[in-house]
Amino acid sequence: MMDLTPFIPSMVLILALFALTMLIALYTTFAERKVAAFMQDRIGPNRFGPGGMFQPLADGVKMFLKEEIIPVASNKFLFILGPSIAMVAALMTGVVIPWGDELTLLGVTFPLQITDLNFGLLYIFAVVSIGVYGIMIGGWASNNKFSLLGAIRASSQVISYEIGMGLSIIALLLITGSLSMKEIVEQQHGFNWNIWYQPIGFLIFITCAFAECNRLPFDLPECETELIGGYHTEYSSMKLGFFLFAEYINMFISSAVMSTLYFGGYNFPFMDQLLELTQSQNLVTLVGTVFFFGKIFFFIFFFMWIRWTIPRFRYDQLMNLGWKVLIPLALLNILLTGIGVALFNPSSFGN
Amino acid sequence: MNSDLSSYFPIALQFILAAGFVGLTMFVTHVVGPNLRTRKKLKPFESGINPSGNARQPFAIKYFLTAILFVLFDVEVIFLYPWAINYRELGVYGILTMVIFLGLLLSGFFYIIRKGALDWDQ
Repeated sequence: MMDLTPFIPSMVLILALFALTMLIALYTTFAERKVAAFMQDRIGPNRFGPGGMFQPLADGVKMFLKEEIIPVASNKFLFILGPSIAMVAALMTGVVIPWGDELTLLGVTFPLQITDLNFGLLYIFAVVSIGVYGIMIGGWASNNKFSLLGAIRASSQVISYEIGMGLSIIALLLITGSLSMKEIVEQQHGFNWNIWYQPIGFLIFITCAFAECNRLPFDLPECETELIGGYHTEYSSMKLGFFLFAEYINMFISSAVMSTLYFGGYNFPFMDQLLELTQSQNLVTLVGTVFFFGKIFFFIFFFMWIRWTIPRFRYDQLMNLGWKVLIPLALLNILLTGIGVALFNPSSFGN
Repeated sequence: MNSDLSSYFPIALQFILAAGFVGLTMFVTHVVGPNLRTRKKLKPFESGINPSGNARQPFAIKYFLTAILFVLFDVEVIFLYPWAINYRELGVYGILTMVIFLGLLLSGFFYIIRKGALDWDQ
């Protein structure tokens, strides 16, 4: 029997992260409706609980109690497999993200990160790209023209923007020299955030993140005016819930990845001064985590803000932007960053 | 930083948790929800019109071309990862080799653009 004691912190963290992800995904649906209402000068959901606070719970219960419909023409196994893959893939990515610095509880010091893989960033990309299989399988198994169109659109959109995303990360890696999420965050200590060195890379990355999450202005896979509901046209009950939930979790995770890679993760200005002042690493860690979640929530809000600001792209515009603008721009960014690293950091270069 | 097998163990745990949650929820909704099947309800939904023909028919070749091009370019990106990590150690030699590699690749990229493989609006 294997000794499981060293894994107890990570087990607790896994459970906490799972609960937190669910809670945030639930309340993102609520926030989405409230933000939309705010931007359109409406009130939004306000019936259940103070200010509609318990609306997401009602929605969750509704998902459970609705009839599940599996169309006769569909492949039953694949029809169920599609949303399951989307959901599992969405839940798997949070493992490598450092949610905070080290915390000491009951004499045990452990990092607020479930596991620190030395290829953490690659792991995230690998798992995220599995998510598109869920959409593809679901759309294909529905055996509905609209679902299939949505699924094809989704997969070719996601794979097109994955190249731009990968290339924008390469420029970042030239600076960090590491794929470990923890190391990337630690290099951005204090206010030394990567966004100051990689503004173009960040712009490409956030554009691609919008496309990967199928969010407006790139929500062609599920655009209601053309495709009914896109790849989830035939889905009902919790299977529909999983597709929508996976989308919101992906939004949360990509906000976390953006904050980690470009906005310093749990680092915040004057953290050394705070540590000197209070002499408590725990306090600094907690404040850092609060800052991290502040950044994440800002990006989630940004996702919603963009949704009500920019109209939907046409499909040829979407493809042109992905292939003919973002890829050359990302390559140019790599070149500029490469030259920059060689010029401004010659001591560490070439030996 | 340790990367022995134990750092993968939490990922396995997370997978068990995620898969277990999804499986359990699927099962519970299957049991809890009502089940009133009618023939019309189980037909493919096409905006209320009777569905016509099969959904699985040939679709635009552009999507296939995009997928093929994606494989090429994604492999290229994979090649760039180790280069980017070791950029500082490789020095000028690394820059030159990558300029040649990307130059060859970009000529292919311009070729497919000139050939119209990425023109979606015709």
